[in-house]
Amino acid sequence: MSKRALTFTGLNARSRMIIYISVAVVYLACVFVWGTLLDPSAYAVRFADKFIPPSAGHIFGTDFMGRDMFFRCVRGLSNSLVIGLAASLISSVIALVFGISSAVIGGKFDKAVLMCVDCCMGLPHLVLLILISFMLGRGAKGVMLGVAFTHWPELTRLVRAEVLQLRSSQYVRASYKMGKSRMYVAMRHIFPHVIPVYLVGIVLLFPHAIMHESAVTFLGFGLPAETPAIGVILSEAMRHIATGKWWLALFPGLMLIAAVLLFDVIGENLKRLLNPSSAQE
Amino acid sequence: MENKIVLSVNGLSVAFKMYGKGFARKELRVISNLNINVRKGEIIAVAGSSGSGKSLLAHAILGILPGNAVVSGEINYCGTPLTEPRLRKLRGKEIALVPQSVEYLDPLMKVGKQVSADKAAVKAAFERYKLADSAANLFPFQLSGGMMRRVLCATAVVGNAKLIIADEPTPGMSKDLAGRAMKHFRDLADAGAAVILITHDIDLALGYADRIAVFYAGTTVETALASDFTDDSLLRHPYTKALWRAMPGNGFRPTAGTQPYAGSLPEGCLFAPRCDKKTQECTYGIIEPREVRNGEVCCRYAS
Amino acid sequence: MLLEAKNIKFGYNKSRLILNGVNFGIDYGERVALIGPSGCGKSTLSQILAGYLKPQAGEVLFDSKPLPRKEFCPVQMVYQHPEKAVNPRWKLRSTLAEAWTPDAEFLDDMGIAPEWLDRYPAELSGGEMQRFCVARALAPQTKFIIADEMSTMLDVITQAQIWELMLRQIQQRNIGLLAVTHSMELAERVCTRIVRFEELT
Repeated sequence: MSKRALTFTGLNARSRMIIYISVAVVYLACVFVWGTLLDPSAYAVRFADKFIPPSAGHIFGTDFMGRDMFFRCVRGLSNSLVIGLAASLISSVIALVFGISSAVIGGKFDKAVLMCVDCCMGLPHLVLLILISFMLGRGAKGVMLGVAFTHWPELTRLVRAEVLQLRSSQYVRASYKMGKSRMYVAMRHIFPHVIPVYLVGIVLLFPHAIMHESAVTFLGFGLPAETPAIGVILSEAMRHIATGKWWLALFPGLMLIAAVLLFDVIGENLKRLLNPSSAQE
Repeated sequence: MENKIVLSVNGLSVAFKMYGKGFARKELRVISNLNINVRKGEIIAVAGSSGSGKSLLAHAILGILPGNAVVSGEINYCGTPLTEPRLRKLRGKEIALVPQSVEYLDPLMKVGKQVSADKAAVKAAFERYKLADSAANLFPFQLSGGMMRRVLCATAVVGNAKLIIADEPTPGMSKDLAGRAMKHFRDLADAGAAVILITHDIDLALGYADRIAVFYAGTTVETALASDFTDDSLLRHPYTKALWRAMPGNGFRPTAGTQPYAGSLPEGCLFAPRCDKKTQECTYGIIEPREVRNGEVCCRYAS
Repeated sequence: MLLEAKNIKFGYNKSRLILNGVNFGIDYGERVALIGPSGCGKSTLSQILAGYLKPQAGEVLFDSKPLPRKEFCPVQMVYQHPEKAVNPRWKLRSTLAEAWTPDAEFLDDMGIAPEWLDRYPAELSGGEMQRFCVARALAPQTKFIIADEMSTMLDVITQAQIWELMLRQIQQRNIGLLAVTHSMELAERVCTRIVRFEELT
């Protein structure tokens, strides 16, 4: 019977998920590595070549200073990825620590954490993000910490809920009765269960982080104008879009959207793979 | 009693397509070659251990198995095959399910509305189960356990169902509460409905059912009259005899071994590995049911 | 008294107590059945007796001492649903090892096939898993077992098997037993004394 499952594109659902994930990861990794290693002269200022529309020499065209848009985009996206990655990691560590401790300690600490979560979620992300970024003196550090400090609440709530449920499960309570310590239970029972939720959480945090990083930069509160970043590029493009220089906004925009969507693909497929009930599909 | 067969299930098998380790897909057969029939005005109890897949029989009859299930065999309702479009017309009207738990009710809808849109019918059904009219305006969480059970039964009787399938209707109930629930099903059967009662509590079923279909490892090994369960010499299949001897009321003597489950089912008779009367004949092929003393049994040596 | 509950008060909300001043004791060498309808609080009482829940008033004494909090509890429980009582991500070998490492003879006595040790809970049936839960609860330090509807979800043959194994071990090692059940027949088979929950309150 398993033959019938093989009819669609010759693969079953689980293999397809793996393929989606690998393609997305490979693309993003390539952009990241290429962008980091890229020689800055590839997108150097060349006033002789300004505003060239997309062509064989410059596939994404050039901007008002004659910089090649393709290489600037790759470089910009890889900058965004670094900031997004760092911000997501910081964010998820905050979430893990707060989530587990709030569920394990409980009581007043739990209430305090929940209050922080509600406060952060009640304010619009962007406002808080601009505030934090501005206070920390803008630049890469400001944006990174700004994004990190605004994106932890959702994951915290997820982790906390998971831990609460585990803590009251019979096998965890039985473990205590067999004389096991809190540390043992946390490391052996609780932590391994939280890992899948946590991993998926991080990956799904990524696109948010990148979008917000670009948004803040676009609004001028983020990375400085001389850094090639998608937000900066889009912000500059706005000044020229009225004069018909469409390529300045279109390609960087598409690249940003592609990156965000790909992260989403990774996250969603990972979620389905790690979900035990996906064995039924 | 009229002898009209309302539902007959012949050679039903249900398998699930699952992922094993990694990417390999395998098929797990949960119900194999199951036969059962139920007549008008009769309660037939399908008795087997929890988690052995007997609820899936109810789901298969009602056509509500999940998408990865593969079904084979035939299900006839009133003599004609129960096809998907026919089932859609009959489900909830002539064929009703009394579900296992309250979780099958919509928590945000008043129970009266869930029982039926027809207010007069709801009133009649509630009266029958001694539920106050005002109970129709309550939400599921406002009902006590006993009331909830009666509401679930009311959903089944409101449409004058001809076939009622009750899936574990008495879990965790005290003896008299469970007895009262069973009495409701007895009344429905006496009024002309055919009732399939799926339960793990064979003791309880014995007091109210006409016939008992004994479920073992995904198939029915024997269909016996309830009155046969008074002495193990009246029972036909070695498993049923073993079951009888293991009951706390009559011996509490266990038989060695465990039920095989999906994925590791033996060839031939599923009980053979634990049976002391086993011969070479028992280890291959499909053991077809045959009539023995007014009952059906899937054993080559039953007499 | 081996295990004793003194004036236990407990309620999930403050206005309504499920247990209001329950006194209950099990003597050395006794096997007691606690019988009552579902939802009456017999599960709650057994969880208090095993130290899983803290009563709002009153105390539980084992061998005239309160139950230890941080070490292996001499009172162990076996639950109704074995699949909830074991970590689904652990092989049964690890689950068993959490309490103790029994020898091959003991496993054989419990009807546990050696190959089951390397399986995950999802790969075993309820009856097979319940054997592990019983084996786990019968660690050397265990002096008392509370079986909360231990065999309700099993077929009668498996029920008889598991109780046979349990009773053999209990009698050999002189372990106390409280069986919470709704079945009078089972209680009469297994226990030396039957207590109705209503009599306690």
